[in-house]
Amino acid sequence: MMVWTAVIATAAGCYLLKFAGLAAPRRLLDHPGIRRFAMTVPVALLAALIAIQATAPGEGHGIALDAARLSGLGAAVVALLLRAPFLVVIVVAAAATAGLRALGL
Amino acid sequence: MSPPAPRRRGTGLIRQSLQKRSRRVPTPALTSGDVNTSVFSLSPPVRDALGIGFAVGVSGVAFGTTAVAAGLTVAQACTLSLLAFTGASQFALVGVIAGGGNLVAGAAGALLLGARNTLYGLRMADLLGVRGARKAAAAHGVIDETAAVALAQPTPAAARTAFTTTFASLFVFWNLTTLLGALATERIGDTAAFGLDAVGPAIFLALLWPRLREGGRERLVAGLGAGIALLAAPFLPSGVPVLLAAVAALVPAGRSAPGEGPTAEEARS
Repeated sequence: MMVWTAVIATAAGCYLLKFAGLAAPRRLLDHPGIRRFAMTVPVALLAALIAIQATAPGEGHGIALDAARLSGLGAAVVALLLRAPFLVVIVVAAAATAGLRALGL
Repeated sequence: MSPPAPRRRGTGLIRQSLQKRSRRVPTPALTSGDVNTSVFSLSPPVRDALGIGFAVGVSGVAFGTTAVAAGLTVAQACTLSLLAFTGASQFALVGVIAGGGNLVAGAAGALLLGARNTLYGLRMADLLGVRGARKAAAAHGVIDETAAVALAQPTPAAARTAFTTTFASLFVFWNLTTLLGALATERIGDTAAFGLDAVGPAIFLALLWPRLREGGRERLVAGLGAGIALLAAPFLPSGVPVLLAAVAALVPAGRSAPGEGPTAEEARS
């Protein structure tokens, strides 16, 4: 039952957090500073997310440099620079990472 | 719970309102040349959305197995995927439960991770332009993936299609694979061997890429955001570093006059 409480509380809280953003008063966005912040904030958050996920250790928190995973992302960057389609970029990243691991990296 | 399905659009009124909106909302740069190189007949936002649904859906298997291995029931794992529907938060709660940690701390960590969806929603409200029941349904879909796909589209109409399709395909895949993973009692092999740990960051990188091509400010914000998160990661509980990175968005807009609202020129400059 305790776990159910945590599950329901987390689910409800997560939904309310999502809703709060969509439902925030539009007047808030009339302020140019807030508006510019809201425009740019996904760029900052997504970049941070990429960095955190790229360096996530298997256990616990902190930073771990996994050569295979980072090389896979490097391969993804090359694919992006070559203007590869979205799915190709993803497959290249996974394949490069898996390939390097198979080679013992 | 099902997302709105505004597939049939293009009546005069809607088109007019979209055009009006498109003047107010800055349009991100076009997604890199894949429009022309497409071998599929699906429109780019729909193709991206289905691809993401499938790719991210695979990690639903990981969530399902992790949750059950942590001691949750199949029903609890599926409830989280259905109702919380934000991967990072779900993993955070389950991770704490697995470690025998305090449930309140686990839920708090999950909510901390979920707080960034509020910031996405702030950005997406104008783009989506939904009201009432549709807003309540759309809110459930405001997460990393949908925000990234929607904001990478060249027009508000494409952004709405991208949001709806990504939300729908992710929701279906994520919940199905959670159930699959939860039902599979034994661990499903080593996902790292397939390079799946590189899929998450690669997806977000590919989605962020068009914004990075927009200009120096975007690249500076992205670099700062990544740097802040990495510096903070060893010292702060998970979830906080990514939220902290939002500070990077405060970088002033360089050339454009401070009194002006953001315009299409600013977004493209």
